Amino acid sequence: MTTLDTRAVVTGRPARGGRRALRRYVPEKRRSWLLTVLLWLCALYFILPLWWLMVASTKDTSALFATFGLWFAPEFSLWDNLVELFTVRGGLFARWMLNTVVYAVVSAVGATLLSAMAGYAFAKYEFPGRRALFSVTLGAVMIPVTALALPTYLLFARAGLTDTPWAIIIPSLVSPFGVYLMRVYAADSIPDSLIEAARVDGAGEFRIFWQVGLRLLGPGLVTVFLFSLVGTWNNYFLPLIMLNTSELYPITVGLAQLQAAASAGGGSQAVFSTVITGSFVSILPLVIAFLFLQRYWQSGLGTGGVKG
Amino acid sequence: MSHSHSATVADAPPRRAAPMPPRRRNAATRRQHRAAYLFILPFFAVFLTMLVAPLVYAGYLSFFESRLIGGEQFAGLANYTRAFADPNFWGGLGRVALFLVIQVPIMLGLALFLALALDTGRARGSRTIRLLIFMPYAVPAVIATLMWGYLYGPDFGPLAQIARGIGWGTPDFLSPGSILGSMMNIVTWEFIGYNMIIMYAALRAIPMELYEAAEIEGAGQFRIAWSIKIPSIRPAILLTVIFSIIGSFQLFNEPSLLNAIAPDAITNSFTPNYYAYNLAFINRELNYAAAIAFLLGLLIAVVSYVVQLGEQRRERRDRKGLR
Repeated sequence: MTTLDTRAVVTGRPARGGRRALRRYVPEKRRSWLLTVLLWLCALYFILPLWWLMVASTKDTSALFATFGLWFAPEFSLWDNLVELFTVRGGLFARWMLNTVVYAVVSAVGATLLSAMAGYAFAKYEFPGRRALFSVTLGAVMIPVTALALPTYLLFARAGLTDTPWAIIIPSLVSPFGVYLMRVYAADSIPDSLIEAARVDGAGEFRIFWQVGLRLLGPGLVTVFLFSLVGTWNNYFLPLIMLNTSELYPITVGLAQLQAAASAGGGSQAVFSTVITGSFVSILPLVIAFLFLQRYWQSGLGTGGVKG
Repeated sequence: MSHSHSATVADAPPRRAAPMPPRRRNAATRRQHRAAYLFILPFFAVFLTMLVAPLVYAGYLSFFESRLIGGEQFAGLANYTRAFADPNFWGGLGRVALFLVIQVPIMLGLALFLALALDTGRARGSRTIRLLIFMPYAVPAVIATLMWGYLYGPDFGPLAQIARGIGWGTPDFLSPGSILGSMMNIVTWEFIGYNMIIMYAALRAIPMELYEAAEIEGAGQFRIAWSIKIPSIRPAILLTVIFSIIGSFQLFNEPSLLNAIAPDAITNSFTPNYYAYNLAFINRELNYAAAIAFLLGLLIAVVSYVVQLGEQRRERRDRKGLR
C-alpha cells in the first residue's frame, strides 16, 4: 500500500494516485545509473554504523580489539554476550527493557487519547475561545522540552513524585503536535453529516466520539501513537534527572550508565561487548516497528508538512 | 499553520415536522459547547501542569537566590546579569550557534537532495533506499551517541582501523578541536532520514499535472526540481528548519554522553542545556540554572518566531510580485 493510498484512507479524499497509477502502468522512465550508484552510496553511510553494531555484538571484548570492525570474528560470541547481558547486575537489562516498553506504551496511549479528544473538539465544534486555545496549543509546539525538564523536576520533587514511573509518564502525555495532527485528520475524515445523523438518532456527544469519531480516526491515531511512542522511548534527559533507582531506569539511562562504567574501566561491572550487545538488542523493537509501520510515518509527516 | 474548518452547527432536522422552538436550539448548542470543553479539558489540564506551570515556576525561581543565611531571597535580575556576564554561558551558546549555521544547512540540504532524487523514481531500489535512510531515526539518540562513540574510538573503532590500514595513522575524533564536528556528524546521521521523509511526503502530494507539461516540454529534472518542486514544498521545508533550530539549541544528549569517553574535550558548559544541568545537579545552583533554562527557552522562541515571520513576509512579497 502506497503513501498516497494511505493518505486517501486517512483523509477520505479520492487518492491523488494519479501519479502512482501513471507510474505503475506507463512503462518505467529512463533509469539513471549515476543516480542509483550515488543514492546507494548515501544509503551505505546510514546503514554501515548499524551493520558495525550488529557485527560487534557477535564478538567478545578481545575480538573487538583484534579483528576488523566491519567483518565477523572467527568465533561467534553472540550467545555468550546475550547471556552476559541478561545476567549483568542481576538481570537488570531485562527490567530496563520492560520499563521502557511500559513507559512508552502507557504514555503513547494516554497522549493519543488526549490528542484525539482535543483535536476532535477543535475540528468539529464551534465553541467560544476555540481559536485562541488552538493558537496556544500551536505555540506550544515551539517550546523547548528540555528547557522545561529542570523546573518540572523541581515541581515533582515538591509533590514527592520524583523517582516514580509517574515522573516519566505524566510529562509525556502532552503532545501539542499530536493535537494539531488530530485536528487535521478529524476535519478531513469525519463528515459533519454523520455526526448530525447520530445526534438525530439521539446519541450523546461522547457516544458519537467513541463510536463514530474514533473509528474514522484510525490511521491518524496510529500515527500520533507512533510519534509519542518514539518520543518517550528516546527520552533521556527527563528519566536521567527524575529517577535515582536503577530498577526504574528506562533502557537509555541504563545503557548510558553501563557505558560510563565500562569506560571508567570498572572491569567487574561491565565490558564493552555487553554495552554494544545491549545497544543492538535495544534498537531491534523500534527498527522492526519502523519497517512494518512505515506508511503511517509518511502520511503523518505529510499531513504535518503539507498543510502548514 | 492552522487551517480553518468551520463546522456547521446546522440544526438537526427534527423528526416531526414541527419546527424546533428557539430555546430548544440554544439548549442543544449549549450542550455541544459543554461537550467540546469536556473533550479538551484533559489535554489542557496536563498542558497547564506540565508545560505552563514549569515555565512559570522557572521564571519565578530565576528571580530568587538562596543564601546560606536567610534561605530564598528575592534577587531581582541578579541571575540574569550574571548570565550575561558569564563566559561559560556565552561559550556554550556560541557552540550551538556554530552547530546551527554549519550542521543544519548541511543536514537539510542533503535531506532535500535525497528527497528530490527519490521522488524522480529514476534510481533502482528507491523504496529500499528510502527505508535505509530513514532507519537511523528508529535509533534513540542515546544509543546513536554510544554507537558513534565506539565507531570514533581510537582502539577498535573501524574508522581508526581503516585509517591505520591505509597508513594515515590514528585520527582523533574525540579531541577538543574535533569533538564538535564529530557531534554534528552524529546528529546529521540521525536526522537526515526524518527530515527527508517530511520533504518526500510533501513532494508526493504535488499533483503531477504541475510538471507533466514541463517534462513534455523537455525541461530537465534539475530545472523541474528548482522551479516547481522546491517552491511547492516550502511549508514542509520551513517545518524542518524550525524543528532543527529547536533541536540544535537544546543539544544535551550528545555532550552528556560523550563526556564519559572524551572528558577533556567536553567542558561542563559545552552547551547551554548541559551547563544548566550541571549547575542544577552538580553545583546545586538551582536559581541560576533556572535563569539559564529560561533564557534559552526565550531565545529559541524568538529565533523560531523570526524565521517564521521572515517566511511569511517573503510569501506576501511573492504574491504581490505575481499580481
